[in-house]
Amino acid sequence: MGLLSLAIWMPIAFGVILLALGRDEHAGVVRWLALVGALASFLVTLPLYSGFQLNTAAMQFVEREPWIGRFNVFYHVGLDGISLWLVLLTAFINLVVVIAGWEVITRKVNQYMGAFMILSGLMIGVFSALDGLLFYVFFEATLIPMYLIIGIWGGPNKIYAAFKFFLYTLLGSLLMLVALIFLYTKSGGSFDLATWHKLPLGGTTQTLLFFAFLAAFAVKVPMWPVHTWLPDVHVEAPTGGSAVLAAIMLKLGAYGFLRFSLPIAPDASREWAWLMIALSLVAVIYVGLVAMVQKDMKKLVAYSSVAHMGFVTLGFFVFSDLGVSGGIVQMIAHGFVSAAMFLCIGVLYDRVHSREIASYGGVVNTMPRFTAFALLFAMANCGLPATAGFVGEWMVILAAVKANFWLGLGAATALIFGAAYTLWMFKRVYLGAVANDDVKGLSDINAREFLTLTLLAIPVLYMGVYPKPFTDVMNSSVAELLKHVALTKLN
Amino acid sequence: MIDQYSWITVYPEIILLALACLILLVDLGVKTAGRSTTYWMTLATLALVAGIQAEYALSGLNQYGFSKLIVSDQMGNWLKCFAALAVLVTLVYSRQYAGERDMLRGGELFTLSLFGLLGIFLMIGGNNFLVIYMGLELLTLSSYALVALRRDSLVATEAAMKYFVLGAMASGFLLYGMSMLYGATGTLDVNEVAQVIASGRIQHQVLVFGLVFVVAGLAFKLGVVPFHMWIPDVYQGAPTAVTLLIGAAPKLAAFAIVIRLLVEGMLPLALDWQQMLMLLSIASLLVGNLAAIAQTNLKRMLAFSTISQMGFVLLGLMSGVINGNSMSSADAYGSSMFYILTYVLTTLATFGVILLLSRKGFESEEISDFAGLNQRSPMYAAVMAVCLFSLAGIPPMVGFYAKLSVLQALVSSGEAMHIGLAVFAVMMSLVGAFYYLRVVKVMYFDAPVQTEALQAGNDVRVVLSINGALVLVLGLFPGGLMALCARAVSSMMAG
Repeated sequence: MGLLSLAIWMPIAFGVILLALGRDEHAGVVRWLALVGALASFLVTLPLYSGFQLNTAAMQFVEREPWIGRFNVFYHVGLDGISLWLVLLTAFINLVVVIAGWEVITRKVNQYMGAFMILSGLMIGVFSALDGLLFYVFFEATLIPMYLIIGIWGGPNKIYAAFKFFLYTLLGSLLMLVALIFLYTKSGGSFDLATWHKLPLGGTTQTLLFFAFLAAFAVKVPMWPVHTWLPDVHVEAPTGGSAVLAAIMLKLGAYGFLRFSLPIAPDASREWAWLMIALSLVAVIYVGLVAMVQKDMKKLVAYSSVAHMGFVTLGFFVFSDLGVSGGIVQMIAHGFVSAAMFLCIGVLYDRVHSREIASYGGVVNTMPRFTAFALLFAMANCGLPATAGFVGEWMVILAAVKANFWLGLGAATALIFGAAYTLWMFKRVYLGAVANDDVKGLSDINAREFLTLTLLAIPVLYMGVYPKPFTDVMNSSVAELLKHVALTKLN
Repeated sequence: MIDQYSWITVYPEIILLALACLILLVDLGVKTAGRSTTYWMTLATLALVAGIQAEYALSGLNQYGFSKLIVSDQMGNWLKCFAALAVLVTLVYSRQYAGERDMLRGGELFTLSLFGLLGIFLMIGGNNFLVIYMGLELLTLSSYALVALRRDSLVATEAAMKYFVLGAMASGFLLYGMSMLYGATGTLDVNEVAQVIASGRIQHQVLVFGLVFVVAGLAFKLGVVPFHMWIPDVYQGAPTAVTLLIGAAPKLAAFAIVIRLLVEGMLPLALDWQQMLMLLSIASLLVGNLAAIAQTNLKRMLAFSTISQMGFVLLGLMSGVINGNSMSSADAYGSSMFYILTYVLTTLATFGVILLLSRKGFESEEISDFAGLNQRSPMYAAVMAVCLFSLAGIPPMVGFYAKLSVLQALVSSGEAMHIGLAVFAVMMSLVGAFYYLRVVKVMYFDAPVQTEALQAGNDVRVVLSINGALVLVLGLFPGGLMALCARAVSSMMAG
């Protein structure tokens, strides 16, 4: 078994063992085993980075075994510069989430930890699958653990949120399934992505495929106007669920654009880029404004996620090195930052059991250490230079300005909105005088919370100060992708 | 002409019949409450028969017997093997349930199941309209009696009456259609009918007239819209154990006779019956899924879900011949066979959990009875969840690959209408996902009403675990079963 397979299946194996452990009497064992599993699963992804060859766009760590002979499906996995960091990010966030849920989750601990471990393995599978059907299986299978996580450990309106999450995303992916089967038939019986990338397709066919993929990925990203599930789900999901959802699951959709839409239907992608850019700009500007008026902290961060993901899709569809790389960097940065934002809200929620901004005020007086972390992550969320949030947005805006000045201007205004809603929330929650007795009685973060927030603060700062390790790996792959997209596949 | 090879084709049937009679006699002397002796004898019989059929199938036997009255081919032998296993698993799940409901006062449950299985075998192995019809009658007569086994239960008797009246009408349809075809072609032999039709000497209208009745009869047996009315009532009214007996193994037989009559007997008329199947399929997907949403009774919900699942099976059957070209027909029929096998597998486990949840004097029929099952018995909740996700077609459960292969067969024609139909089918399965998820929601998200864990005998625990695990494991490695179906169907098409 290769390294990459280990990265996929190790967390799943640990998850299955955790599920089998049964009742809550063993909660202590379960937690430690989950930690060991998450740590080990993260450690096995590190050699993927250290062993990664920078100067090639070819897939690395490739494994290819026949899987379903009848449909010519292969268990075919590999990494390139686009997916490498997403795999590491997934394993890392999983580790953070396991630590963050340590004593917060007291009910069905084994199922909670097991679900997150399995989810992590499945998402790494999505990022490394090089076979269309394998991708789809991983992509869809992630719905099951997430559905259960939201439904079992979620907030008061969890049932509605769980169903909305499942059905909304399933709707999109089912259309993609038809597209995949169509491509299988069209390519003479192959689910191989590389074959599909080379497959010549007519204009109408490409457009239909593009929209079928769009249905799946736009819902997942989510792009305006199909983003409405995200705020509802984020609000009800448990802290860990929100963190994984924002940090990783949204990236599944954005990643899909790079692996499927752009290379398989390049002509349609170019033809419909205006639409994608328009939708992205709406997400960036309009949803940014919507975020400003939210009363619920989680909802605010959820809308801010939609806005940030708007940058990602905007970057992809200006078709330049800078834009696509910027989009990917933004994906990774948003992974760290959004997870941190949700964990911060989780810290407050565990103490006060309210997500309303109005329930807080002057938290800095009682939780100074925590507020320092919160400030850092808020700054990163607005895209302040020297934090992770800055790099990707700056690259995308630069690329947008190069493509069209007004486009760049529109994208840049979003930074102002981002700063406005994040800082305004920060002011209302953390600054000022102590607002009420709840805030007065707050105790500062304990060692475990300190550890989780530190774990996230390090990459947020590191990426902001020295983004080279992140951008270096993707250069060749992005260049190759753009070269491919520039060629027509019409026949 | 009876030669020595003829007997080979019916050995399993002979053994089954002999042992069923033996069990009937032995049962007279059994006095124990649980009827352990006959129970284990029945299981042994079923295992033996399944083993012989598997052996036949693996040896690639392809043999006609008794002047082509009976055929023993790979597809038939696998279907028989799985049917026997399905009945075996059903009886394991049902024993406690039946015992608590006074259904084991006599050994009828066992012997009627065996005779029903004999009917299934004849339907699958019949190569002649009358043999197939006889098998069908043997199966349905056993089923009527089984539904009415709790003769003091008002609902069960009502269901039995409905089943009997509608079932008899369906048999009438089928027989009428068969006699029309006999009148037109002058033969009852399936292969000869095909040859005569292919020769083009028979007037098309007469054939289509007979065909309509045959398709209607088959639609009845499969339970597809608009011939589905009996399904919800019988599923709900029959004792749950019998619901499973009707809902699992007989589906394999229904599939087999669709193949025998339509594909082997009337492939030259494919253009006609494919259109009929398409309409039936669209209606089933629509009605089955939409009606299932409104149900609060789990058995009734599963009945409507069955209707929609059969709609998917028909999608595979209707995409065999494209523009008069039957190149990919083995793929299409193979996908339907895969679908129906996985459907039966999943249904067995689903009803296994329902039967486990029903205790003495308490029928677990309402969806709300499953509330908080995860907190009572996480293992059985997991089995049920795996099955429901499989029925909804979510990977990595096996149900996804069933839908995938049927959709592939559909899309491979490349016709815009077929692709549109595939989109319609997946949208309907989105609707389906909603009601399956609702049961998962009740099990996992709702608080339990009762808190005690489910009690299961060792046999049930082992079989149910294997059954549930298979739904998942076959989803991770579906290749083997897919290849089996493809081989079985292509050897049938060639032979």
